[in-house]
Amino acid sequence: MWDLVLGDRRINSLRLVAPMWNGTRGIHRLGGAVVPEGNQKKERTMLQFLTDHFYDVEALRGYLLQREMSKVHLKNRSFTWLEEQHGPYSAGAFFILKQGGAVKFRDKEWIRPDKYGHFSPEFWNFREVPVEAVDASDCEINYEGLDNLLLLKELQSLSLQRCPHVDDWCLSRLYPLADSLQELSLAGCPRVSERGLACLYHLQNLRRLDISDLPAVSNPGLTQILVEEMLPNCQVVGVNWAEGLKLGPEEQPQDPASPVPA
Amino acid sequence: MIRRVLLHGLGRGLLTRRPGTRRGGFSLDWDGKVSEIKKKIKSILPGTPRDLLPDTSHLPPEHSDVVIVGGGVLGLSVAYWLKKLENRQGGMRVLVVERDHTYSQASTGLSVGGICQQFSLPENIQLSLFSASFLRNINEYLAVTNAPPLDLQFNPSGYLLLASEKDAAAMESNVKVQKQEGAKVCLMSPDQLRNKFPWINTEGVALASYGMENEGWFDPWCLLHGLRQKLASMGVFFCQGEVTRFVTSSQCMLTTNDEMVTLKSIHEVHVKMDHSLEYQPVECAIVINAAGAWSAQIAALAGIGKGPPGTLQGTKLPVEPRKRYVYVWHCPQGPGLETPLVADTSGAYFRREGLGSNYLGGRSPTEEEEPDPANLEVDHDFFQEKVWPHLALRVPAFETLKVQTAWAGYYDYNTFDQNGVVGPHPLVVNMYFATGFSGHGLQQAPGVGRAVAEMILEGSFQTIDLSPFLFNRFYLGEKTQENNIM
Repeated sequence: MWDLVLGDRRINSLRLVAPMWNGTRGIHRLGGAVVPEGNQKKERTMLQFLTDHFYDVEALRGYLLQREMSKVHLKNRSFTWLEEQHGPYSAGAFFILKQGGAVKFRDKEWIRPDKYGHFSPEFWNFREVPVEAVDASDCEINYEGLDNLLLLKELQSLSLQRCPHVDDWCLSRLYPLADSLQELSLAGCPRVSERGLACLYHLQNLRRLDISDLPAVSNPGLTQILVEEMLPNCQVVGVNWAEGLKLGPEEQPQDPASPVPA
Repeated sequence: MIRRVLLHGLGRGLLTRRPGTRRGGFSLDWDGKVSEIKKKIKSILPGTPRDLLPDTSHLPPEHSDVVIVGGGVLGLSVAYWLKKLENRQGGMRVLVVERDHTYSQASTGLSVGGICQQFSLPENIQLSLFSASFLRNINEYLAVTNAPPLDLQFNPSGYLLLASEKDAAAMESNVKVQKQEGAKVCLMSPDQLRNKFPWINTEGVALASYGMENEGWFDPWCLLHGLRQKLASMGVFFCQGEVTRFVTSSQCMLTTNDEMVTLKSIHEVHVKMDHSLEYQPVECAIVINAAGAWSAQIAALAGIGKGPPGTLQGTKLPVEPRKRYVYVWHCPQGPGLETPLVADTSGAYFRREGLGSNYLGGRSPTEEEEPDPANLEVDHDFFQEKVWPHLALRVPAFETLKVQTAWAGYYDYNTFDQNGVVGPHPLVVNMYFATGFSGHGLQQAPGVGRAVAEMILEGSFQTIDLSPFLFNRFYLGEKTQENNIM
């Protein structure tokens, strides 16, 4: 039945978001609270039609949505109790690996779960070795899950690319990592907007920030400029706001074929 | 042969119906004729049920378990929690009566939309913390199938409160209480302040407190819309009308000290429609006063305050409307994207608005400067003389600014101690208050709504104990003072 709704716009990591309204339109609509009626009518699926007319279908969809949400909550449950026994770094690493992300301890190789979700248990022995880098791309980390991520006090590089539940509230929680965090990537996160990017001001040691492809940001070029002003020591990768700008008359590019004025 | 006749007949029919070639246009006449025939049939046949009985769809129902007077964020929050915490689905009929469906004077829509935990009372801090978690998970609380998710436009930039020498000690003790309750606030010295925010002029600032998480500002209209949508899906009745009368019944009882007490109970609410004399008496069991700036009028209708002064019967609800101005200005060299909501030592505050170097802010006037709350006209001289000098002193970049627009809104100001009134009235036993928050009602609405719902359904406050906010304190004279009011 979900094929009717998703059609050809199936994106696995956004499965929580997509079935409940019109596919990718929904992601782009996050910027506004109300969808204009005209647009909605054109792309109504049979499931939405049934929901409007039958209480059973509405209740079923409500129940399925609750189930998806409780799955995400389960994934983001607290692992802080592991801290006494194995140390904060192993506890945080376990959380990331369970979610499907990758972890790199200092002077060690990247530990990544395989396609079945299994990972090697060698990191339980690294009690004192801090975690340097975390690659949590496409993971379902949300605000509560960040409790576990913030155990990794000496994290230097964090990648939250395409995480569907990372939003502005989550970004406001990253300030405890300000002393060590040097690289942060938020590319493709559907819920991050320019308001959350304002919280990154606390991360003064940041040297590289990737804010490309954020659909919820209303004005990517202007946002890039403001973020660059906010973090002067950081290289901000995202939108190239200089392209498309018209040069002034004295800066017109010289045509190599034309004669050079004497 | 039959076929030929049919074709021939059809052909002629087609020929006769072709427009343009023949004068008169048979087709136009045909449509007119059809509608005339329809009208004739309608007039001959007996009318539809809609014609027999008068249309009462604009009137509220005749019976309702709970009537909530006031459809702003507090009233809607109480309705939401009543429906959410009821034991049986559909067990309670809730009616929300709102006088103005455009919300043109309602404090909710005209609010600056800030949320912060930097209060001195632990109850206020807990309410704000809960509201922050409510707003964070708003799409779980207010989920409606087939509706797009809500985007509150929340700016998590935090609040920065500045204190002069004489307020520094109070600020330190407040921050201690806030940290104990779980708010993420840190104290900053003037040097640290200059390092962090180079655009601030720290002259006269002894200490600053900066909220790092769960503080910021959001769009109150989105919250209102989300609540209305969710309530409509939960089966709450809405009515546009004005409450003009409460019909009460009294009961005389003896207290343990052998004093006579008259306990009143409201059993009917008269709701009058807009621009007409028509009213509907609604039988009800519980009335909730969430009328914001006009709560005192609703309380007076129920007879609260009608008695000799100094007695419980004579204690009025001390909530009155106070006008506050908000100004929007443009300053291209102003503070950057990271600007929190800054509240100066003088009481002036400002915050960024959007990406385009626009800021909005204002200042609470002193008691002598209080403007007349009869209308919502804006006084621009107030900005020139009372707000701008303080802003320009604190942020030198604001010496050159251009005011774009301004508006005014009401605080439901509690003249007694500037804190909310929550819970039942001791004498009018079925009127519950959820009003008087003096400027921080929006940020405490989810918590207060839940508290009132718990009081109604369970009989006492279950999660956050709001006993310091009960009505009794006005009679007993015990002030629950909140020091950090903007």
